[in-house]
Amino acid sequence: MSNKPRDKRMTIDEIVGTLEDGMTVGIGGWGPRRKPMALVRAILRSDLQDLTIVAWGGADIGLLVRAGKVRRLIYAFVSMDSVPLEPNFSRARQEGTVAEITEIDEGMFQTGLLAASQRLPFLPMRAGLGSDVLVNNPEIKTVTSPYDDGEELVAVPAINLDVALVHMNRADMHGNATYLGPDPYFDDLFCMAAERAYVSCEQIIDTAGLTGGPENTPVQRLLLNRMMVSGVVETPNGAHFTTCTPDYERDEKFQKAYATAAKDETAWAEFEARFLSGDEADYQAAVQAFHNEESVEENR
Amino acid sequence: MTDNNVTRAEVCAAAIADAFKDDGEIFGSPMGMLPTLGARLAKLTSNPDLVISDGESLLLAGTPPLFAKADVIEGWVPFRRVFELITYGKRHVMMGATQVDRHGNQNISAIGDFDRPKRQLLGVRGAPSNTVNNRTSYWVPKHSTRVFVEAVDTVSGVGPRNARQAGAAAAKYNDIHRIVTNLAVLDVSGPDDTVRLVSVHPGVSVTEVQAVTGFELAVTGEVPETRLPTDEELTLIRNVIDPKTLRDREVPPVQVSA
Repeated sequence: MSNKPRDKRMTIDEIVGTLEDGMTVGIGGWGPRRKPMALVRAILRSDLQDLTIVAWGGADIGLLVRAGKVRRLIYAFVSMDSVPLEPNFSRARQEGTVAEITEIDEGMFQTGLLAASQRLPFLPMRAGLGSDVLVNNPEIKTVTSPYDDGEELVAVPAINLDVALVHMNRADMHGNATYLGPDPYFDDLFCMAAERAYVSCEQIIDTAGLTGGPENTPVQRLLLNRMMVSGVVETPNGAHFTTCTPDYERDEKFQKAYATAAKDETAWAEFEARFLSGDEADYQAAVQAFHNEESVEENR
Repeated sequence: MTDNNVTRAEVCAAAIADAFKDDGEIFGSPMGMLPTLGARLAKLTSNPDLVISDGESLLLAGTPPLFAKADVIEGWVPFRRVFELITYGKRHVMMGATQVDRHGNQNISAIGDFDRPKRQLLGVRGAPSNTVNNRTSYWVPKHSTRVFVEAVDTVSGVGPRNARQAGAAAAKYNDIHRIVTNLAVLDVSGPDDTVRLVSVHPGVSVTEVQAVTGFELAVTGEVPETRLPTDEELTLIRNVIDPKTLRDREVPPVQVSA
């Protein structure tokens, strides 16, 4: 018998196969940065529906609402940075195709995940007071401080997740994982707010290589510990077209093509046929072909 | 136009710098290009203690040009730390605003009815947090009746009257400091916490500003002109912080002095 922690390696489709209709799914990363896009694409290919999606939103939300996978959205913003407004998200909101919208403040969003990670029903904060967040979300209540100040604060409800999906730079087969870019975002919080968390990563390596190694990785970059993680999958370029610094930056050309296509029915159908009709390997090949064509254009 | 002519964008940069000048040693958090230019100008002149970032996760010890990557790093502010600084309070954010109303509420969420918006924007982002926790200013590159409306469609950033009505916990740290536009400088110290005209940029009249504002601006006495940048500031803007004149893309050149 092995005296090692268990091997949690899975395939993308095995991970998405554990999801069920109606689940609440938290997606890590931030806007157009280090998003578990390979897993998002696998959800697009699946029969899943009626999902509640919780995210610092970018094209993950855009793709999922366009594909009709989402019944409820919980977010503070949806943006792709260089393309400030996510066209598929805007369209979904303007056409009313997502049944339930919970737009809250970014601080409230973090606090809601924190409450879930601490197994609390809510945590108090000031954010939301005086704003239309409390008007548009009447289920969010206030709470009065039991101390002398008697302040009335927002009781930010826990955002409990069934599943968290995050993308890291490196992981081992047990689910320990590091980020190598500038910002951990909230991926640990997503994992701890969830019943189960799945990590996709650029590369699965030996545990010993997670710190030190050729990249001289400091121990502080070990954001996820295996006790928070149910499964891990290697998906090279799996955050495409979002950033995965330092492995790669955002694919601005592709993002632009995505945003342009999203604004037109025919162009979107072509985009879907070209990039989203096959599996992850097909997607990566189509992206490669897209760039080859682009560079031919440029050198003409 | 010769190099000696001051442009409107340069007047705006100095006005934005003035918004950060009394902040002392806190995190100056400008969103967008002109606010970044103005905050960096403040750091190089009126407020060298100001803490600035690369717009992502690094605090910069120096004051590099816009969009420059390399600088000495003096700290780390990933998003989680930004939220900690908001509630800690040592931060002054200058945000954009799709709408601002008579009572200094801001909207970046949605235009029209929230349930089925005519135009979905970014979402409220951190505006509700910012406005009840740390000093908040707004930058409006194109002053118009589309931006300055009687009442915003979705209150994202909370103005002082809304904060007061929401109770002591909301009002305690609500601090809407300045609204700088391409035409004028405003604050929220008018009667009943309304938007007041602080100064008009050189070459702009009070009547002109009122004409492109969708509510009556509070005015106390003679409205002064926004000051011109000093020679030192012009040198810093033109040669150090924004040598590529990116500022003119946000505020097209209007010559304001010879």
